[in-house]
Amino acid sequence: MTSEADDLSERDRPSQSAFEILRKGISTTPKLKKGLALTALAAVLSACGQLAIPILIRVAIDRGLQPGQQPRPAFVAISCLITACIIILVFVLSRLTFLRLVEMTEGTLFDLRIKAFEHVHRLSIAEHNRSRLGTTVARVTSDVEQLAKFFEWGGMSWIINGTLLIGIVIVMAAVSWQLTIVALLAFLPVLPLVKWIQKRQLAAYSMLRTRVGETFGEFSEAISGGQTIRLYGLQKNAKKKLFNAIEIQYKARMKAVRFFAVLFTLGDVFGAVALSSIAVAAVTQQQTWDLELGQVLAFVFLVTLMTGPIGHLSEILDQTQIALAGWEKILNLLEIPIEIFEPSNGTILQAGPVSVQATSLCFAYGNGDTVLKDINVSIPAGIKVAVVGETGSGKTTFAKLLVRLADPSSGSLKLNNVEMQNVDAQSRRGAARMVPQDGFLFNTDVQTNILYGKPSATEAEVIASVRSLGLEEWVGLLPDGLKTQVGERGESLSVGERQVVALIRAQLADPGLLILDEATSSVDPRTEKALTGALYRLAEGRTTISIAHRLSTAENADLILVFDGGKLVEQGSHTELLGMKKKYANLHASWVGNTRLDR
Amino acid sequence: MTTPATEDDDGTDVGSSAAGKVLAEGARLCLTYVKRCKAIFSIAVLGAAIYGVLLVVGTEVIGYATDEILIPTFDSDAERGSLGWLVAALIGISVLRSSGVVMRRYFGAMTTERNNKHLRRALGETYLDQSITDLKARPTGELLAHADTDVEVSTMLLQPLPFTLGMFVLAAAASISLLSIDIWLLGVASLVFPATWLANRIFTQKVIAPASKVRKAVGDVTAVVHESLDGALVVKTLGREADEVQRLTESADRLRRTRTQIGRLRATFEPTLDTLPSLGMVAVLAIGAWRISDGNVTTGQVIQAMILFQQLAFPIRIIGFFLEENAMSVVAARRLKKAFKVSAPLAAAGTETLDKGPLIIEFNNVTYGYGNQTVLKDCSFQIDKGEIVALVGETGSGKTTIAQLLFGLIEPHRGSIKIGNYQLPEINSEILREHISLVSQETFLFADDLKQNVKLYRQIDNSEVDKHAKTAQADFVNEMPGRWETLVGERGVTLSGGQRQRIAITRALVGDPGFLMLDDSTSAIDPILEGEILEALRKNLSTTTLVVAHRLSTIKLAKRVLFLHQGSIVASGSHEELLKNSDYADLVKAYERDSK
Repeated sequence: MTSEADDLSERDRPSQSAFEILRKGISTTPKLKKGLALTALAAVLSACGQLAIPILIRVAIDRGLQPGQQPRPAFVAISCLITACIIILVFVLSRLTFLRLVEMTEGTLFDLRIKAFEHVHRLSIAEHNRSRLGTTVARVTSDVEQLAKFFEWGGMSWIINGTLLIGIVIVMAAVSWQLTIVALLAFLPVLPLVKWIQKRQLAAYSMLRTRVGETFGEFSEAISGGQTIRLYGLQKNAKKKLFNAIEIQYKARMKAVRFFAVLFTLGDVFGAVALSSIAVAAVTQQQTWDLELGQVLAFVFLVTLMTGPIGHLSEILDQTQIALAGWEKILNLLEIPIEIFEPSNGTILQAGPVSVQATSLCFAYGNGDTVLKDINVSIPAGIKVAVVGETGSGKTTFAKLLVRLADPSSGSLKLNNVEMQNVDAQSRRGAARMVPQDGFLFNTDVQTNILYGKPSATEAEVIASVRSLGLEEWVGLLPDGLKTQVGERGESLSVGERQVVALIRAQLADPGLLILDEATSSVDPRTEKALTGALYRLAEGRTTISIAHRLSTAENADLILVFDGGKLVEQGSHTELLGMKKKYANLHASWVGNTRLDR
Repeated sequence: MTTPATEDDDGTDVGSSAAGKVLAEGARLCLTYVKRCKAIFSIAVLGAAIYGVLLVVGTEVIGYATDEILIPTFDSDAERGSLGWLVAALIGISVLRSSGVVMRRYFGAMTTERNNKHLRRALGETYLDQSITDLKARPTGELLAHADTDVEVSTMLLQPLPFTLGMFVLAAAASISLLSIDIWLLGVASLVFPATWLANRIFTQKVIAPASKVRKAVGDVTAVVHESLDGALVVKTLGREADEVQRLTESADRLRRTRTQIGRLRATFEPTLDTLPSLGMVAVLAIGAWRISDGNVTTGQVIQAMILFQQLAFPIRIIGFFLEENAMSVVAARRLKKAFKVSAPLAAAGTETLDKGPLIIEFNNVTYGYGNQTVLKDCSFQIDKGEIVALVGETGSGKTTIAQLLFGLIEPHRGSIKIGNYQLPEINSEILREHISLVSQETFLFADDLKQNVKLYRQIDNSEVDKHAKTAQADFVNEMPGRWETLVGERGVTLSGGQRQRIAITRALVGDPGFLMLDDSTSAIDPILEGEILEALRKNLSTTTLVVAHRLSTIKLAKRVLFLHQGSIVASGSHEELLKNSDYADLVKAYERDSK
């Protein structure tokens, strides 16, 4: 049931190679590169020191404590002292590397998280509606956390163990180039094998991240739908769905683990092959290559030294793949194109009521479904407009275009005779406000939610807005007045109360154009009273466009726009339209018929 | 109703820092986890032990290769050992050793993942089974963070555990060998252990507070992201994108700062763990040389001691790594423990069943409150079989609480509720769900198709759906391109508010409940449709119905009105009769005046 399309980061995406992800990842967060040279230098030096320690100890034993020879305590003592100094130096360098990596990692992840979050907010509402909330949340939280785990020590391990390996090979070559070639040839088959495993492992982890997103989605639904689930006793089914997602995630994880388990084997077995090859080569080619015993013994020692970093690298490769898989998801998210581009040097709208001009305005969804066809209307500044029509007539889409939640597919839409696309974003948001039907509030108090309409406003301004809408009494009856907590999504308040809060918010923002998606035909009398009064006062001194569900709204409007099947079929005043005896007259008749029941 | 989210107790009680206590807690945690999959974990430990033993054997083989093959090759007098056997031994041991690693990694990961799975399922069960009040006490995002990173971090200590246990065997064997060589050399070696221990104690003590802050910060970040994206439309219409980014920046910055703090501690701790064995090795060498010159030990013994010590260094590092993870896991587990806590479990469900057909509903002196605030006080009323009753009252008068009580989402503090012939707690909860339906003002649709959203896994014919859709004016679905197979986005965002409510009403009607409650569930439906829906309900159904009514037309559709005032039913009767009650008259008049 969770289709691919639920996941914003998954649409039409072929999987990418590790290299591509890394390249894109680094170019997305330039902070990664900042100061990297010095960090890498410290890591390389630290690795050199780490390589020197066993070699020095070995030399001290070979030269100072040769069996059958006189021990040289002074030589051993000096060697020990030098080694101890290097150990301390390595400590200091490792610490420095670590500290620098921590700063860089945390800075990078912070940037990446914010960037992803910012991008998601810039995506169109249609894009949001198409995706699953929990899954998108996973991208900005869980996937970034995976990266954190890796960056903290994965990056450092790559540098240090990589350097150690290269260092060992260099020392090997210095001891005997022939044996070095033998050892490297023995390791050669590992490369294509690792590449083969790595590709599959990355795919497995990428699948795992998808599964994690899905589990997030299921959890999110089980929590948000808590009430409905309890009302219909759906716990059993909800658990089944949730457990299923958890099980699938577990299986995806275990599949990826297989590759992790096998990776080490490669290094270890081919290490043994290398060691064997060296022994065979040393025995058979001793004469031709002019080998000495010391050389061969040193070589054997060096090959055993290699097993450490190889083991580490197999461990880190795993961590790296996990991180890359998460990184890829975030990067894909960042690549979803922004549909609405704000002009960089847009026109600032003048303060005061805003006029609206629509010419041959059309809107169709990406899939070709036409919603609005050839809308032509001119709305003078300062009037009250009611938009009426049945569900699916296009009236809500028209309202969305007015606040640029989407751009028209053709035709022109102007505010104060300025093409919508050329209006400065900040100015547009100040001038045109929409009060959506679904009154989502943030989980804080009423006052803070009102202040979201104009963050720079003071408490006194909030109170003034409340007063100007005649809502002091209404606010006074809330349990804690303006400090009343509204709960998640504002669910502690009724739908009507939420809309009242949204109206105060709009009043505070004082837009020149107010688009109102009338919520309610049915709220409790006290709220209803508060709403109607507030709506009336809010409309003063601005252009208001209401998606009307109320007879009174339409009757009192200066201009009524009647939508039907995506077309603007009638426009005019209440009396004009009644006189036409067409769509509006019909709507009105049934409206009146129903309302008569009230009396 | 939602209880406002309480401020988290800034991690003080989850951040208890006594290192000994943390270790004991970690040990208990390991025990709990391991008990869940003993066999699998044993295989992992066995794998680690095989690896450890073969590591020693491998060293022996290399020693053999040196002494019996390589040295004789350069000394023509000596007899050379078999090269073929050496190759076979080297590769054979490596293959065996690797299988030890495969066992440890695969089954170790399985132990971890099975525990993660278990914890996630347990969390899911808690979220689904706890009371709605408990569930809504914390932001959704925080609950999501529990199920994701908190679970993962709490089992992180399992990953190095098999290795750690396996390494104890190795460490013990190496220590005994060392003892047989020289007590002084063992002394040096045994100094490294307490030093590692001490380093860990200091680290644990310092890291536990920031570690619990990190867990909390991850929860906060998830909560901000979830809420902000949930309200994406409002964010857009308010032009709040920048402010929302600022809000996330604040909590993400807190996370960054505490994590950097931990990173700094680790930057000192981890190199210390690497340094201690190396320093120990140098000390063994220096003291060994001194002991040789004094004639107490031989050169061969010192070299052997060095090799043993080198083998010890590895387990010390692994144990140190385990202790580091331990602190992080303990903190995450403490958080989970809080998440699992259920404040007031609902009483066990009864066994009685209900008969098909309209039900009698009775409230007897029911009292309920949140905290100090009493919502319902000695609330009593009765609704007869098949009666349609309107419930009228101001916002906050307790209408939604009545709904939650009736549907067993919360339980009365005092008084009793009767449905059909039984007290509410006596009725089997599954049976109850089949016989009563509530449409609340929050309509939640699942990310599924419309048909599934109406059927909700119940065995229901399509014709039944069509019939009820007509009553609820939800037959608009038939005009949609995908009809009943149309997928709706999460929370049904692709439908309008009114459409969502009509789907929700259809959902409630399907299955012909004996009792139906509509709680402000037509708020987004236009008045014409609302009237038609209620009229159809009256005509087509014999169901006992309680409608929270705000419109006169709705009130008048009901034969009887219950007036809820200040937490109790103060009047009951027809609309005309109730007008004698001045509070009721005021309330209704307020509406009448405005609807004109």
